[in-house]
Amino acid sequence: MAGKTATSGVVPASGWQKFWSDFSESPTAVGALFVFLVVLFIAIFAPIVSPTNPYDLASVDIMNSRLEPGSQDFEGNVFWLGTDGAGRDMLSAIFYGLRVSLGVGALSGVVALIIGAAVGLSAAYFGGRFETLAMRIVDIQLSFPSILMALVILAVFGKGVEKTIIALVLVQWAYYARAARASALVEKNKEYVEAAQCLALGDRRIILHHIMPNCLAPLIVVGTLQTAHAISLEATLSFLGLGLPITEPSLGLLIGNGFEFMYSGDYWISIFPGVALLITIVSINLVGDQLRDIFNPRLQR
Amino acid sequence: MTAFILRRSLQSIIVLLVMSLIVFVGVNLVGDPVDMLINPEADQFEIDRVIRELGLDRPVAEQYWYFMINAFQGDLGRSFVFGEPALKLIIQRMPATMELALFSLFIAISFGIPLGVYAGLKPTSKISRTIMASSILGFSMPTFWVGIILIMFFSVNLGWLPSTGRGDVATYFGITSSIFTLDGLSHLFLPAFNLALFKLSSVIRLARAGTREVILQDYIKFARAKGLGEGRIIRVHLLKNIMIPIVTVIGLEFGSLIAFSTVTETVFAWPGMGKLIIDAIYNLDRPIVVAYLMIIVLIFVTLNLIVDIMYSFLDPRVRIKGVS
Repeated sequence: MAGKTATSGVVPASGWQKFWSDFSESPTAVGALFVFLVVLFIAIFAPIVSPTNPYDLASVDIMNSRLEPGSQDFEGNVFWLGTDGAGRDMLSAIFYGLRVSLGVGALSGVVALIIGAAVGLSAAYFGGRFETLAMRIVDIQLSFPSILMALVILAVFGKGVEKTIIALVLVQWAYYARAARASALVEKNKEYVEAAQCLALGDRRIILHHIMPNCLAPLIVVGTLQTAHAISLEATLSFLGLGLPITEPSLGLLIGNGFEFMYSGDYWISIFPGVALLITIVSINLVGDQLRDIFNPRLQR
Repeated sequence: MTAFILRRSLQSIIVLLVMSLIVFVGVNLVGDPVDMLINPEADQFEIDRVIRELGLDRPVAEQYWYFMINAFQGDLGRSFVFGEPALKLIIQRMPATMELALFSLFIAISFGIPLGVYAGLKPTSKISRTIMASSILGFSMPTFWVGIILIMFFSVNLGWLPSTGRGDVATYFGITSSIFTLDGLSHLFLPAFNLALFKLSSVIRLARAGTREVILQDYIKFARAKGLGEGRIIRVHLLKNIMIPIVTVIGLEFGSLIAFSTVTETVFAWPGMGKLIIDAIYNLDRPIVVAYLMIIVLIFVTLNLIVDIMYSFLDPRVRIKGVS
């Protein structure tokens, strides 16, 4: 396959084995991947692994509000991480919050990846005015910080789940477009693309089946780091009260809810959702860092 | 050089115009301008009067024209909540934000460069590993949450530093700032540290990457061969050469510090323009939102321009490439 020679993998092992042996060189990255998989598992199966359903009004008792971590209610249920102002179990709320945060982050990441890759690949492939215009827009957009772009979008459209996702997509697509174009420019001039053109294959087919598979590595790296960034940005926006509505309590919203109780010393309502957020973001970033080192041809041994 | 500056300025003006068009279209066409620009408590008679006064019954192109003319005259509308010109409100709050951003930048540079250079010179030492690990942590920690932790630790538990608002200010050499009073500094420290944390991580990373690259260059080897002291090599030969990317980033990051100050200002109730815009978005105070966006775009475009010009002074290759 053209893709393997392009990354100069001379080791006769299969792609996955080579990948894993490179990846597992860093114990930190392996640990981070494990932590991330646990977080992902919790997020997907939140309704099963949570001790209670924090948004089932019948199981929430206001009498249990602001209990310290480890305390019990009258029926003997233990709140390992305490309860919030409405008497919800924080542990369950965090599990459900992870679900929302990861879901919004991943969804916006995938949509941004598709849009960005489409723009970046076609810009590199077709060139000309389209490329100039698209890349100018990317440059201008990237010169503004993401929080500002998101604020503009949410100020215009108002808050909500779809709107937050739209804002995150609009903030992120430019990063993918730039990465996709950069690697497609290199691939475009290789012989296999010329060969495909000589076979009179359609542009779409050449882009999707020939160029794109060879541009995936950098896109995956950008994807992991951007998803971590999107999760953090969503949390920030929700904390500010501009992102997700209270019906979709993400980690940022939980932290925001706990903020008012902080001054009276009820630290757990804000701190624990933040720890969950931090664990998620750090584990994704560490995995992303390692992926970047593996895929970086300059560091290849 | 002049040609480069002129061409670059022209580009900036175009970006400014495009951004003004986007903000204008965003506020006036995507949403309902009547809802956004007119006080929701107004009655029908008032609404009709304001529609005529704002020219919302005119064609869009004409509206944009008047919007720009007013903007150039410094009229970006009146706040619904405060009943004062939006621009005036923002300018009033600008010094607080600038002070916060500059102080954070100061923290980020004065800690970031030494730590980064150290980590680059001794990449395998324990301290370097600790520095790099903390920089990943600093990179990953959401600003607002760190702010909460800082408040909890230093204000609520230890009671050392105040957690909200801006302290006393004093004026020296025509500059009014809270860095001149003890009370002001104590109020400034937590939010500035909070805002600096993210930038600190990127300055550390840049300085380390730059150091590792520069230290392998021939001129460093030559300087060592000449028998220059390690201190002089680092101060003169190394620092000068790693400064180019750092200056760029500092310039660009200053803008993002202002943007991110929206978050820090909200957490610490710092009375700057970042808190103003967040409050304005809550209160649907659209004129303030529009005015803030126009001001911040102006700041950004100007900063980018300054960075590019400075860059071309530091690295003549940029200038030559730009002319050809």
